[in-house]
Parts: sequence; C-alpha cells; structure tokens
Amino acid sequence: MTLVDFLQLDLVPMLAAILACVTCGLLGTLLLLTRNSMMGDAISHAVLPGIAAGFWITGTRASLPMVGGAIAAAVVAVALIGLVRRLARLEAGAAMGVVFSGMFALGLLMLVWSGADRVDLDVECVLYGILETLIWPAATGPASLFDPAALAALPSELLLLAGMFAVTVVALLLFWKELRLAAFDPAFGTVIGFDPRPVRALLMLLIAAACVAAFWAVGSILVIAALIGPPAIARLLTERYAAQFLLAALAGGAIAVAGYAVAALIPAALGAAQGFNAAGMIAVMAAVGFALATALSPFRASRRRRAAASRA
Amino acid sequence: MINADFLAALTFSLGHNAAVVVLGCAAFGLSAGLVGSFVLLRGRALIADVAAHATLPGVAAAFIGATLAGVDPRNLWLLMAGGAATAALGSLAVRAAAATGRVREDAAMALVLSSGFGLGVVLMSVVQSLPTGGQAGLAHFILGQAAGMSEAEAQALMILAAIAAGCALVLFNPLRALCFDEAFAASAGLPVRALDLALTALMLLVAVAGLRAVGLILVVALMVIPAVTARLLTERLSVMAPVAALVGAASGWVGASLSAAVPGLPTGAVVTVTACALFLLALFFSPTRGVIAAALGRAVMTWRIARDHALRGAWEELERKGSGADAPFAEAAIAEAWAWSAARMSAVSLALRRAGLWQRAAEPGFLRLTASGVDAARNVVRRHRVWEIYLTRAGGVRAFAAHRGADLIEHTLPPEVEAEVEAWLETADPDTARLAVPPPVEGARA
Amino acid sequence: MSTTASLPVPALSVRHLTVAYRDAPVLWEVGWATPPSGLVAIVGPNGAGKSTLIKAVLGLVPKLSGEVRIFGEPLAAVRRRVGYLPQRASVDWDFPATALDVVAMGRYPRAGWLRPLGRKEKGAARAALAEVGLSDFADRQIGQLSGGQQQRVFLARALALEADLYLMDEPFAGVDAATEKAIVSVLRRLADQGKAVVVVHHDLATAPHYFDHVLLLNLRAIAAGPMAEAFTPENLARAYGGRLSLLDQAVAAAAGAPGAAPRA
Ligand SMILES: Nc1ncnc2c1ncn2[C@@H]1O[C@H](COP(=O)(O)OP(=O)(O)O)[C@@H](O)[C@H]1O
Ligand SMILES: [Mg+2]
Repeated sequence: MTLVDFLQLDLVPMLAAILACVTCGLLGTLLLLTRNSMMGDAISHAVLPGIAAGFWITGTRASLPMVGGAIAAAVVAVALIGLVRRLARLEAGAAMGVVFSGMFALGLLMLVWSGADRVDLDVECVLYGILETLIWPAATGPASLFDPAALAALPSELLLLAGMFAVTVVALLLFWKELRLAAFDPAFGTVIGFDPRPVRALLMLLIAAACVAAFWAVGSILVIAALIGPPAIARLLTERYAAQFLLAALAGGAIAVAGYAVAALIPAALGAAQGFNAAGMIAVMAAVGFALATALSPFRASRRRRAAASRA
Repeated sequence: MINADFLAALTFSLGHNAAVVVLGCAAFGLSAGLVGSFVLLRGRALIADVAAHATLPGVAAAFIGATLAGVDPRNLWLLMAGGAATAALGSLAVRAAAATGRVREDAAMALVLSSGFGLGVVLMSVVQSLPTGGQAGLAHFILGQAAGMSEAEAQALMILAAIAAGCALVLFNPLRALCFDEAFAASAGLPVRALDLALTALMLLVAVAGLRAVGLILVVALMVIPAVTARLLTERLSVMAPVAALVGAASGWVGASLSAAVPGLPTGAVVTVTACALFLLALFFSPTRGVIAAALGRAVMTWRIARDHALRGAWEELERKGSGADAPFAEAAIAEAWAWSAARMSAVSLALRRAGLWQRAAEPGFLRLTASGVDAARNVVRRHRVWEIYLTRAGGVRAFAAHRGADLIEHTLPPEVEAEVEAWLETADPDTARLAVPPPVEGARA
Repeated sequence: MSTTASLPVPALSVRHLTVAYRDAPVLWEVGWATPPSGLVAIVGPNGAGKSTLIKAVLGLVPKLSGEVRIFGEPLAAVRRRVGYLPQRASVDWDFPATALDVVAMGRYPRAGWLRPLGRKEKGAARAALAEVGLSDFADRQIGQLSGGQQQRVFLARALALEADLYLMDEPFAGVDAATEKAIVSVLRRLADQGKAVVVVHHDLATAPHYFDHVLLLNLRAIAAGPMAEAFTPENLARAYGGRLSLLDQAVAAAAGAPGAAPRA
C-alpha cells in the first residue's frame, strides 16, 4: 500500500468515520445522560423517509434538502412518539418501537419506488453506509492536501460531516449550561426561567442532522453505535461533566480509527484481497471499547456498591 | 398487471408457492401479534428489537461454519438456530451490561443492538468472500423477501409460528398475571422466573421465525405495532391479544401478497407499512383512545367545567345578594369569582346564552338565569355541596378510589357514585344532608 | 422585598385550584393563602397531592381550573422571586456533576441565557454551599454524597437563587437527625429574613415544632392557618381519613384527645 493509495482510498473514509463518530459521540452523551439512548435508535431509523424524500428532490447524496427532510422526519417521529405514549398510555420504548419501525419501513419503500435504489442510494447503503466508496481520486501525493483544486474534489459527504461537526461543537459550547440544566433537572430549569423544551428540541434537531451526515459513513443502524458507544465508554472513565464530553469525543475517534484499521488497513497491509466491512467493525469496536473500559474503570467498585445499596 | 397479481396473491391463486408464502407470512403475523401483546405489556418491546438485530451474527456465523464444515449453508433451520443463539446471547448481554450499574439498560440495549448488528455486518462481508454460492439469500434475512421463499421455508415459518401461538395460548392466564402484576403472580405461587423465561423464549422464537419473512430489522414492528393497535382499542388483554393477532395476520397476508406480486419490494417494509396503516386508523378513530375521541372528550370536559362553574358562580352571587333566582347579576362578579380573563368570560357567557341557560339582563354587563338555567344551577350547586361535605366530613377522600378510572370530578360524577354519596350522607349526617340542598334563592334567603 | 414583606399580601395564594392527571383529580378546588412570610408546612398522607400542589403553583403541571398568585402577581411576573427545591428522587444522582456544579445552577438566572457563569456567580454558589456546611464537598461527584448531603446540595441550590418565596418538596426525606437540625436552622434564618418558606413535610411529630403555619391537604385543603389553630386532632383525622395507624400517630402528635374519627 503506497502513500498515494492511502490518500486516494483510505484517508477520506477514515476521516469520515472519525468525524461521524466524534460528532455522534458528543451528541449521544446527552442522550446517555438523560437515559434516552434508544431515542438515538429511534431517530436514526426515523430519518430514512426524510433522506429518501431529500434524495428524490435533489438527486444527490449529501445535500441540504436531505438534511432538511431528515430533520422534518425526526420532528414528526418525536411528535408521534409523544402522541402514542399519551394516547395508548405506553412506556416510551413501545411507542418508539411503533414509530421508528413504521417510518423506517416507509423510507425503504420510498427508496424502492423512487428508483433511487437503482441509482445511488440503495438499501445496502442504508444498512452499511458507503464508507468504502468515499474515495479521493484527485489526490496525487501529500501535496494534494494543500492543493485547492484537489481539495475541492473531496467527496461532499465529507464536507457535510465536517460542517456537522463544527455546528455541533458550536452549539454545545453556546448552550453549555442550558443543556446541562435540561439534562440534569428540567423541572428546576422551568421554574428558574430556563425552559428545557427549546434546548431539547435543538438537541433532537442536531441528532437528526448528525444521523444524516453520519448515514453515509456508517449506515442507519450502525449510527447508534456511534451515538451511544463513545459516551458509554466515557461514562466508565470519568465523573466530570466536561471530561465526559472530551472522553466521548476521544473514544469516538478511537473506535473509528480502530474499526477502520482492523477492517481495511490491516487486511490490506497483510495482502488480503478483501477486507471486512468497516462500518460494522466500528460498531464492534464500540463494544470492545466498552468491555475494555469496564475492565479499566476506576469507579467500578464504588458503583457496584451503590447499585447494590440502592437495590436494598 | 400488478393489481391483478396482487388480487391473485390475496386470494391464494397466484400459484401454489405464492399461496404457501402468503399463508406463512400471515401465520407469522398472527403469532407475532399474540406474543407481542405480552411483550408489550411486560415493557420488553425494545428488548425484542435488540434480540432481532442480534440474530444477524448468528445467522452469518452459522453460514460460515456450515460452509467450512462442508454442510449446505442454505439450510434454513441451521441459520435460524444460529440466529436464535446469538439473539439469546444479546438479551443476556443487555442484562449483564446493565448489572454493572455504570450504564443503564437503555444504553446497554443501544450498544448491544448496534454492535451485534455490526458484528453481523462484518461476518457478512466475510461470507461474501466465501467460495460457495447462496450468499445473496443471506441479505434477505435483513429486510425479508417473501417472494423468493421456497415452500419448505414457508412451512418452517408456519411451524414456528404455530408453536409460538400455541404456547402463548396455553400459557395465556399465567402470562397475563405476570404482565399485569408480577408481585401478585409470585405470591399466588406462579413460577415467575420460569414464566419470564418462557416469554423470552417465545419472543426469540417469533424473532427467528420472522427473519426470512420480514427481516430482522422489522421483526420488532410486527411484534409491537399490532399489539399497540389493539391496545388503542381495548384495555382488556383477553380482547387485546386476539385483536393484535388479527391485525398481525392481516398485515402479513396483505403485505406478503403485495410483495409476491411486486418482487422488488422488501416484504418486511410492505408488511410493516400495512400494519402501520391499521395502527394509524386506530390512533385516529379509536372510540376510546383515538386522537379524535380524546380531543372531543377534552372539549366536552372543558365545556362542562366552565358551564358548571359559571352556573355555580351565578347561584352563589345571587345567594350573596339574597335576591331572587331570576334576578340579574353582574357578569364581572362571575369573572372575578373564577379569576377568568375578559376573553374567557365572554366566551363562556356566549356559550351559556347559546345553551339557553342564561340571557342578557336589561342593564348592560348584567345577566339573568333562564328557567332551565335556574334548574341547572340548583342541581350543580347541590351536587357540589353534597360532594364537598362528603369529602370534608368523611375524610375518606380515597374511598372512591375504585371509581377513579372514570372522571371523578363533580362535573362528570357517574350517577351511581352520586347516589352512593347521598345515601352515605343521609345515614351519616341527615342534618347536613338537608343543608346541602341549596334553598330556592327567593324564598328562604330573602 | 422588605416592603412587600411588611404588606399583608400573601406570599402565595391559590383559588379554586383543580388539578387532574388524566381523568382523576388530585387536587380539587383548593383555596389557600400563606402569610407574607414565615415557615409554612404542607402536611397530608402519601398521595394527598402535596407535590402536585407545589408543581401546579410552579406551572410544572397543567391546572384544570383555578388561579395562583405569588406576592399578588401571576408567576410569570415574579419568577425571579421564587425558589424551588424538588424531591430528591426527581433527579439522577449518577449524573456526572459536582456538588458545586449543581449549586451553580441556582445562579443561572443571574447569568442569563447563553452566557457562561462569571467568577462572581461561582463565588455566590460557593457561599451558598458554605451556608449548608458543605464547602469541603464542593468538588465531590453528587452520587458520592450521602442522602443528607444531597438534600443539602439541593437546599444550597435553592438558597443560591436568593428568592423571597421558597417551595420545598420534602427536604427532610431520608436525612439524619443532625442534617435535619442543620436544615431547620437554615430555614429559620430565611424566615427571620422575612422570606416565606413553604415546605412539604411528612413527619407529624416534628411539624408543630418546626413550622409556624400549616396546610392540611388531602385532595382538598382540609384546614389551614397558624399551627396551634389548624393542627388539631380533628383536622388531622379528617386529613388522614380512615388510616388508623397514621391517625394514632397524628393524634399523639397533636397531644390532644382523640377526635371524632369518621368511618373508623
Ligand atoms: N405524573 C402523574 N401521572 C399520574 N398520576 C400521578 C402523577 N403524579 C402523581 N400522580 C398521582 O397523584 C396523586 C398525588 O400525588 P403527589 O402529589 O405526588 O402526592 P404527595 O406528594 O402528597 O405524596 C397520587 O395518587 C399519585 O399517584
Ligand atoms: Mg410528594
């Protein structure tokens, strides 16, 4: 494997995977801390009709209408979940199960009907992402990294991911204390004039947008691993709020690199004709990372004790 | 063309194979709806989703193992056994991860679901590089493909579905006890742990039965959507379970027929969307819990409360002034009594005028009760006072806990409760009971 | 604020307050007013609607009907003057936050939306923490505090709001005797500063000692007023209904002859 090969074939997928996992890990931290992890599952499935509609309209894979469609779908999903919970008097999980599976199915049918599945956006892509196809043929050597013409030829999926990452970081910093309050004690927030609803809505919108951006990297189901794996790993390693986010970002980068390396780089280095599916391997690495962090966690003993005490 | 094929499939006349497949999917829908009712009430809907996703590594591993061992890797039973094994492991992994106390069950589920599926995807990419044939069939386990199903496969599906449905029926009563009140079930001597295990086993059985037909991603849809649809229509499990089974069967039947007629359509998606259509019908039009019924109910309730408050306010104002029941009173006095805004007051005022309960008096800003308004106000005030005395005197605020399913507000007091309260008041305290009847304003007070 | 305290405007008054979760009313036509300042207890059996009353006052649950006034004004106009101490079990104590992080939330209104907390506000949060005797625990993760310490963190967060009316939901739940004393002395100090402190309290034995006023609540306002007038065996019997064990306790607490226990 030469350097040019790496630049052309592996650099962009790896960057895309890192950006996807870091962005999702940052946003997923708030889901994890509010014990709402399965909402990530729900949204990542439910955005599919929005993605299909966006694709239908523009015919391209990484466009703003698609992000808009996904956000609209997420809004519909969240509203429907609330409605079903209230009317059928069900726990959140069941309501989510109904809404996201229904919307996912609808999205699949839209893909098939629109003929998108024969062009660019097929069902495989929904399931596994298209990490391997994010290539950068314009790269001719290290100099391309500074060559505007070559950089302009980077896949638009990568740009969407980078934009999403920047938006996420800015939003987290801007709403730092509001998000913390809404996550820890929303009722208190309401009383002191910090209504948690707009902040929560913002978080859901960001997650929906991140799901679309990350969709191309890891597919719609493995996005969940990117959303919840990194924060779960970080949660085992720290008791600090800021550190929880930093470690989640780090863990996201680590599982992306490890997953991509094990799936693609190492088999290629060993001369194998074909590697493994990188998106799948990243999800596996989330579990491996979690197992490692469990073994290394400095808080394990105290946590166990407390869990036992609260059961008693 | 498609229409003709679809109708033919629906009526089982698109050829023998298609008929068997459609029957198989309907059978699967039936068992998923039935088992799903229990899964739903036990709060395990998402665990079912996790288990279904966790079948993929098992299916792929079984395929690889069979290839390496020189067995035919397309044997459906073998693949389903592999799927069941990893699905069971996945359920265990969720419990183990949540038991560490560091992450909650929700995170454990999300993690196991996506990593399990991820491992499956990795193994699938290994399968692609194997030299045998038949790999393409594996992809059908993810989204389902009834069209290409062989008769043997459809029969396997029907057998599994029949087993699941049979077990659910045999265990109906103990499972119901488990779902509604685990503590009670345990105290009544039911083997709660064994029952829980049985329910998990049934869930896994349905999950693997659904693999070939609807695919692992949408198995949860068929377990949850029919059950929730039924739940919107009834409170009682003995009705809910059969309704869910029916919805599931209908979805499987219609969905598989469509998918048989249009081979490109992923069966799982078609079946799910069919189930969703039925669900949406129930969500909007259910007579008890539908969106429309709920909105109507709320509107009626709001109106009743406002009407009763307005009438009681009028009556008390008249009592205060000691004037006759048909004497005029100030609209502003009522607004003040209930802290209503001007807009609210004028809306209520208009509504009561429309209902013929009061009318404008000669003096501007004043109202006067009509004859029927006097009767209604007297009733409202009496009901309110009886109820109030009952509550304060008895202190037995929760005595009517049994009735609390109904709207236990004076405004919608069920007549039998009202009668009960009055009877109690008569025996406990006849003097107060008489007092509770508001006097005709013109006579006693003047 | 000293001017309002000297006026006879009740710190909190509700009229015709009816609240229902779904169809079942939990509060029914509650009418009640507190004095302008002092320590006020809300007492009633489990499920009486005490927490619901506080939440309805604060706009956390929708009202079916009725009116709430705080210092004579609607809540929106006086939000800054209201402090809240929720039930301890209402939050996740495993949350990655330190005691100081939580207390600092009481200073958020001073910083406003989107602005970080300044040094001055952080200092105020530290001072509030010191006031409840937890200075040494400022950097401790909240899950590693004892129940009593967690309760005091909540109290410090409420203090950090510098409100004039405090609504506290069971601040004594699950605390040891020493902590209870410490909390009571903080509450006393607030009352002495002319603030109104409304506390949901479940211990009938200590209620008359800690509080000046009481509301006996069970779905309705059974009785309200100065402790000596309202906290009578008869009223307690009515509030606690036919629940005999509680009734005995209530009667013993009020140290009087057993009142007429209806339907006993
Ligand atoms: N969110 C809710 N949904 C439905 N019922 C509720 C809810 N919260 C409280 N209740 C019910 O309302 C009643 C009063 O609750 P609460 O105000 O918490 O009582 P208290 O604080 O006096 O113990 C109880 O019967 C309780 O079961
Ligand atoms: Mg309470």
